[in-house]
Amino acid sequence: MTADSDDRRGFLMLTAGAMAAVGVGRMAAPMINSLNPAKDTLALSTTEVDLTQIPEGEARTVMWQGKPVFIKHRTPKEIEEAEDVDMANLIDKQTDDERVKKKQWLVVVGICTHLGCVPVGQKETDAHGDYDGWFCPCHGSHYDTSGRIRKGPAPRNLAVPPYEFLSDTVIKIG
Amino acid sequence: MKKTLLSLLAVVTCAYSAPALASGGTEAPPHVHWEFSGPFGTYDRAALQRGLKIYREVCSSCHAVKHLAFRNLTDLGYNEEQVKAIAAEYTVTDGPDEDGEMFERPARPSDRFPSPYPNENAAKAANGVAPPDLSLIVKARHHGANHVFGILTGYEEAPEDHPLADGQHWNKYMPGHVIAMAKPLSNGQVTYEDGTIETVEQYAQDVAQFLAWASEPDLEARKRFGISALIFLAVFAGVMYRLKKAVWKDVH
Amino acid sequence: MGHGERTAFENPVIEWIDSRLPIFTMMQKEYGVFPTPKNFNYFWNFGAIAMFMLVTMIVTGIVLAMHYTANTHLAFDSVERIMRDVNGGWLLRYIHMNGASFFFIAVYIHIFRGMYYGSYKRPRELLWILGVAIFLLMMATAFIGYVLPWGQMSLWGATVITNLFSAIPLVGDSIVTLLWGGFSVDNPTLTRFFALHYLLPFVIFAVVFIHVWALHITGSNNPLGIDTKGPQDTVPFNPYYTIKDSFGLVVFLMLYALFIFFMPNALGHPDNYTPANPLVTPAHIVPEWYFLPFYAILRAITFSIDIPFTDITIITAKLGGVIAMFGSILLWFVLPWLDSHPIRSAKFRPVFRYFFLLLLADFIFLGYVGSQPADATMFGLPLSVFGLGATAYYFAFFIVILPWLSKHEKGRELPASIHEAVLAKNKKKAVEISE
Repeated sequence: MTADSDDRRGFLMLTAGAMAAVGVGRMAAPMINSLNPAKDTLALSTTEVDLTQIPEGEARTVMWQGKPVFIKHRTPKEIEEAEDVDMANLIDKQTDDERVKKKQWLVVVGICTHLGCVPVGQKETDAHGDYDGWFCPCHGSHYDTSGRIRKGPAPRNLAVPPYEFLSDTVIKIG
Repeated sequence: MKKTLLSLLAVVTCAYSAPALASGGTEAPPHVHWEFSGPFGTYDRAALQRGLKIYREVCSSCHAVKHLAFRNLTDLGYNEEQVKAIAAEYTVTDGPDEDGEMFERPARPSDRFPSPYPNENAAKAANGVAPPDLSLIVKARHHGANHVFGILTGYEEAPEDHPLADGQHWNKYMPGHVIAMAKPLSNGQVTYEDGTIETVEQYAQDVAQFLAWASEPDLEARKRFGISALIFLAVFAGVMYRLKKAVWKDVH
Repeated sequence: MGHGERTAFENPVIEWIDSRLPIFTMMQKEYGVFPTPKNFNYFWNFGAIAMFMLVTMIVTGIVLAMHYTANTHLAFDSVERIMRDVNGGWLLRYIHMNGASFFFIAVYIHIFRGMYYGSYKRPRELLWILGVAIFLLMMATAFIGYVLPWGQMSLWGATVITNLFSAIPLVGDSIVTLLWGGFSVDNPTLTRFFALHYLLPFVIFAVVFIHVWALHITGSNNPLGIDTKGPQDTVPFNPYYTIKDSFGLVVFLMLYALFIFFMPNALGHPDNYTPANPLVTPAHIVPEWYFLPFYAILRAITFSIDIPFTDITIITAKLGGVIAMFGSILLWFVLPWLDSHPIRSAKFRPVFRYFFLLLLADFIFLGYVGSQPADATMFGLPLSVFGLGATAYYFAFFIVILPWLSKHEKGRELPASIHEAVLAKNKKKAVEISE
């Protein structure tokens, strides 16, 4: 066999190998992508909530994208507690203003940022932690009346989902 | 051996792919030239929108399209605002609410088209026979869209020797000819805004194309993928052939 | 496996693994340098192609199973959700759906190649038997898989096929009830079918592994059907057959892609896009095309076997059909003993070759008969008459013609070796070119 034909063979071998890799990759992509949320799942990504149902001082849990969202109608005392905080004492530094659209309404995703449990504190009779907000029973994270992490292993504040006020009394989450 | 096998293969393909049909000597429906047929065919968006109008104004009083959601209508060339507006014209049942009651609300793009009847028995009670769901009708019938077109245009007077019972109708292209659905379309029945002629044939073509889309919404993506896949494989086969020749050169 | 001599690998990681578990040595021995007859034609590609199809079916099947719901109320809609809402779901389903057909195409060619070239003969009887077992498992898996979308053909196909077992005397009805888990094909049937449809492909994979193992003990047959006599008759598997198999595979994939992308439903049946309805049977129930020849054999037996001059029936028509259908495949298990002729390849057995090609045509004709309605006619006669005739030839070929030919066919003179035959063929070709 001549060196020339050896070269040619090597080149063809390389081309064939590359094409096989491209082909396999192109077919693997849709299989992996099929595991992403399907179109009907994505379409269900908004929830509307009527706020007139929630009296001052009470909270509701609504389902959004399969997750609990806490909607809290805060009392003036709770708003004051949330605003009157020394930034230096916060683990994840955010002012209350950055976290709400209207002061009396706090909307947060009710999932502890530590390992994904649902904190307690939605009912009057629940534990509220050391900061009058929510308390995660799994590993003892304390959240304040703005849903910020104050004590315990959680690294971040309760997430604020995207939402907008459609009117004074209706919000759309998502 | 090779030749024998190839000719056998050809015979098999012909014999097996000609589906066993024509029960009761029914005529095959006319062959319409569809924009979406052939390897490069795509749906005609204007025809789909007209077809949707016919479905909404005529078919939907009895037939559901339960696999279609309003959000799918963006495929027809509508933007999201238009889809929202179309959805809002429908009412769907949701719930239960906090008091445990079911309630009605305007439909959203994520909802599927509501069915005209609450369940199959209600559909049967109202019509004698439950009108089939149309979301897969084109794939569920031999001759596909041609069948739908044929049924919609195939109404005739029953032959004299074949008296029809109440609620029965004569259709050239229905297997067995007797159909429970009365002639659903007549000239000028639905108003087209784009100036297309308002005849039964045109209506039937448009709604058949709409139902073809409803059956196979990913047809265009499928064909696009297919063209590139075949080109890729053809080049790959060429490379492999040369490589095979090069590798085997010293053996032969 | 793998207790033999081992040469060290240069790559330290491979060497570390191989010195503990000689998996690379094994691959090298079985797929690298494995001596393979150098005169294969392209029919020898279909084993590798079938293997590729098995893997394709398993991979797409696992992903589809993640989206599918095995419940009679939800199954049909979950399949439609795959087709419409799951990202690329239509592609996965069409690959899987048409994959079943193309797996059968590859395996049928593989089987009939084995028959034509006498690959079932000594010493490859066990290899052949394992292959027939794979084919039976494939049939079971494909049938069960067709039930899962829960369309009209799913339900009624399942009803008809499971009812075959009711033909078994005495215990038949209890067996059918057991298969169904109820009094008709219903939710319990669907859930167990799904479980089995997930399980069986892995059983197939295991038997394929043993099949290939057995192949590597005896070595491959070849178009001449004579044994390899030395290194001049063989080439190493890699790169010669890895490259040739890959080329064949890519060509095969082109045909497969043509169906997936441009006529994905051509091999299916429209009725399966209508949700299952236990109150209405479709006008014409047909199985998938790959079962049609066997379905025709089942339907060909329309008579019972009685003791003459009495009212006693030994075998009812129903049982007769079932026995004929299963028997037509089970016969393949004993094929190595039905045909004991010393020459393997049909190339050197003109009479066998003639009858075999007739069998092939007969088998395809049976498929046509199976695809037609029960009351179809041909040349003015009921088609079932032709079906019975074709069935008779099928059985006659295996039970009468093969044993008879084994004793009486003389056959042609065999070439001395593969090497010489290849040389002679090349010389002839060269002469033709120079002329």
